[in-house]
Amino acid sequence: MSEVMVITGTRKGIGRYLAEYYVNKGYQVIGCSRSEMDKEIEGYEHFCLDVADEQAVQKMMRQVRKKYGRVDILINNAGIASMNHILLTPLETVRKIFETNVFGTFLFAREAAKIMCRQKYGRIVNFATVAAPLKLEGEAAYAASKAAVDNFTKVMAKEVAPFNITVNALGPTPVATDLIKGVSDGKMDALIDTQAVKRLGTFEDITNVTDFFIRKESDFITGQTLFLGGIS
Amino acid sequence: MRDKIFSIIKEAVTELNEELDYDTLKNVSEDTPVFGGEDGIDSLSLVTLVTEVESGIFDELELSISLADEKAMSMRNSPYRSVGALLEFALSKVEAA
Repeated sequence: MSEVMVITGTRKGIGRYLAEYYVNKGYQVIGCSRSEMDKEIEGYEHFCLDVADEQAVQKMMRQVRKKYGRVDILINNAGIASMNHILLTPLETVRKIFETNVFGTFLFAREAAKIMCRQKYGRIVNFATVAAPLKLEGEAAYAASKAAVDNFTKVMAKEVAPFNITVNALGPTPVATDLIKGVSDGKMDALIDTQAVKRLGTFEDITNVTDFFIRKESDFITGQTLFLGGIS
Repeated sequence: MRDKIFSIIKEAVTELNEELDYDTLKNVSEDTPVFGGEDGIDSLSLVTLVTEVESGIFDELELSISLADEKAMSMRNSPYRSVGALLEFALSKVEAA
């Protein structure tokens, strides 16, 4: 039987790529986003929900368990960003960023781990960002939310290790997606210049890391955040 | 409803005890101690038990509830201190769902 993988935020960008990539690799992939997929992926099942809606997340994960019997892998990809000076940032923006990036990650990780601890196996991959270690100006709320994900990853890794569940995070550099479309070329060049390897990240850079984290052989790798591009 | 939830909890405790083999968990009643005190299960076993009960309620009653609680680690008020306390707690969540 193929491994069962849940990916959040699959409608576009990195999430969409991950869903297609892992379906093609033979995984049973179940994903979610706020709205329907623009174009369906064969062999993929989609749920429409807000990742910060506790009831909806619980219901989805329980339906997945009932239908597929297990959840082997969770990739907590769903995330939103906002670039603004702190003094011009409405509280509502910060709330939305934390709801999606932190509460969404927490809810899916908790519900997935409930299933994984019964089967005594699981791989959870969260999404951090280089914006946190780089302390990027204009990204205070986003970087703070992802710093929370980073620490959450490390603590959860300890709490679920006895159930043979690993929890790691990936910190991508900017990748050409909608998330960075509002950032000026000058800002982007300056950011890329801080990296050891000076280029935009690619979808393949992401799957290179997720592949590593979810391997069965990676059972001794947990509580780690791996930043791309030579950022630390 | 009470009887159904009791039987879900009883089944979950019995299944958990297949691994633990605690004398105190052998004849499950509402007085059976679960978490806390000398006879209680450890926190990892509690996680397994609570997860099992949530799943049982979803499978048998088609209700999606969460048995997470702030007072989990409190000795006196924990809704997990005994089978009876867990039953009352689950019932309140089911009724509110």
